[in-house]
Amino acid sequence: MLLGTLIYGFVNSVILALVALGFNLTFGISGVANFAYGALYILAGFLSWVLFNSVDLPYAFAALFSVLLTAIAGALMYRFVLLRIRGMVLSEVIATFGIGLSILELFKYLGFIGFEYTLPVFIDSSIDIGQVVIDMQRVFIVTIGIAMAGFLWLFTHHTKTGLRFRGIAQDERTALSLGINSDWVATLSVSFGAAYAAIAAIVILPLGTITVDHGYEVLINALAVCIVGGLGSTGGVVIASFLLGYAQTFTATYLESHWVMVVPLVAILAILAIKPSGLYGEQKELEERI
Amino acid sequence: MKKRKERIDRGIKVRSADIFALCSWREMLYLSSPRLLPIVGLFLLSFLLSLYWQKVLLSVSVFALLAISWDLLAQSGMVSLGQALFFGMGAYLAGIMNHYWGWSPFLTIPVATLFGGLFCTVLLLPVLRLRGIYFAMVTLILPIMLVRVIEATKIFGGTEGISGLSPLPSRWLELYIIIFALLAALFGFRRLMGSDFGLVLKGINDNDRSVMNAGINIYWFKAQALFIASSVGAFAGAFMTHVYMFVGMPVFALDYSILPIAAAIVGGAGTFAGAMFGAFILVPLSEILRGLGGLRIVFYGLFLVVFIVALPEGIFHYIQRKYHQFERWVEVEK
Repeated sequence: MLLGTLIYGFVNSVILALVALGFNLTFGISGVANFAYGALYILAGFLSWVLFNSVDLPYAFAALFSVLLTAIAGALMYRFVLLRIRGMVLSEVIATFGIGLSILELFKYLGFIGFEYTLPVFIDSSIDIGQVVIDMQRVFIVTIGIAMAGFLWLFTHHTKTGLRFRGIAQDERTALSLGINSDWVATLSVSFGAAYAAIAAIVILPLGTITVDHGYEVLINALAVCIVGGLGSTGGVVIASFLLGYAQTFTATYLESHWVMVVPLVAILAILAIKPSGLYGEQKELEERI
Repeated sequence: MKKRKERIDRGIKVRSADIFALCSWREMLYLSSPRLLPIVGLFLLSFLLSLYWQKVLLSVSVFALLAISWDLLAQSGMVSLGQALFFGMGAYLAGIMNHYWGWSPFLTIPVATLFGGLFCTVLLLPVLRLRGIYFAMVTLILPIMLVRVIEATKIFGGTEGISGLSPLPSRWLELYIIIFALLAALFGFRRLMGSDFGLVLKGINDNDRSVMNAGINIYWFKAQALFIASSVGAFAGAFMTHVYMFVGMPVFALDYSILPIAAAIVGGAGTFAGAMFGAFILVPLSEILRGLGGLRIVFYGLFLVVFIVALPEGIFHYIQRKYHQFERWVEVEK
């Protein structure tokens, strides 16, 4: 029993990390708090559903296309909306929130509600760890989650574009003087964040049905993980998602599933009371808080 | 031959800026008509409208109140994405006092206003140190979370809510209470922001650290602004509880968060009158679009985006500029 809780808690933590990585990436580099994040996540889910079921593409292509399309949607959102209000944090928040709201409510209006909206699992089987049965999809989630975190680290440390990303994140003006186009990098960062949301959606959504309300939950979870970990810090995100993931799983096992959604808020309030900058957010402390 | 647009204050604005305004009817009218317009307009509307549109006027006023309270917070450097928290808190408090203790609406509304504001302030007190998006995040999460708590613990009627609450004695009284509250909030807040207290709040919005340097405890000022704004929201909630004679989980719905923000942005933030103006555009519009159902929220979202990108100052500022200034094309000097 305890072993099962531990394993499922681990999976849940990786899910949280997957969900929060993209949000954190965008915020850490361009400073844009993408409140449309949950909407992009759901958008990717429905896109691959439509491509798979209505257009009859093979599932692998459908998934690939939906990741691409979501990334393009993110880039367009930056190019046509965010670029004009860059630097005005609150306008950015309100605009992205408005976009996210429109996407989610549009899906609700178009009638994307019901149990038929599920994505297929990659391989329908399960394996045993000790006495605990775990399905292959959850194994995939863990592998892909670790792979994506690793890829992000490699990308930002060993490729030219990734180094540009970090340059903009550290000091935008100096980066500009070295010939790094900050608008282009910011576009890419929003687009990358959207792609990460899409990948997370395609890996995680087969566990349940795609619902519009899930979009808000994803946003809240991503925000909670990022606040607890310290916004913009990837290491903080990983640690915070394990803290929150285990807290949620233990709550669901020993209390009641209704309380799971209360965990993020309690975590946020606790971290704000104890260490307002988040676990690993020292660098941003002066900028964002007083 | 290049031309540029030049804006100059109207003569009447300059003349009516000092004591001589009192010498001429025209200048007195120029000064007083923008102030009289909402007062006279609201009372005229309350007489002229049909029963259905009176109900719309009621909800317009409620949303205008929420928008005004959002504007007050925004002007003090706290952007809230969760006006539903204030609204819902007031609504539940009024509902509980009426249902379990049997208090009359004339007692529950003031008490819910006061304690709703107090509870919200205490709830948000730990996050007052945050600014910008952090504060926005927490306010977005809180109402959603409270819904979950009510769902999980099944307190106060759980998912069913509490129905059968006592209504206000007459619908005219309903209408005039909310109109009076709206006008009081509008003019009161405009005055407040013109006072020294308001100056400190604006200073916190512009540069909080320099306000701290001046030896002012900004958390105390922020807490006060939060209390004032959340009391206004709680009043709107408590009032609506007795109008609907029902309180339940929908009071924490996203509508009550997003529509006030949309109203304030469309109308023009930073003046209160703009927020009210925006509510008077958006709520009747959504009433006309009622047939579209869920698509309305999509429109609110798009409204937000379009206005914040294309017309960030809002409609009210535009009108205000036209009222005070005239524009003409002049040649650019070499």
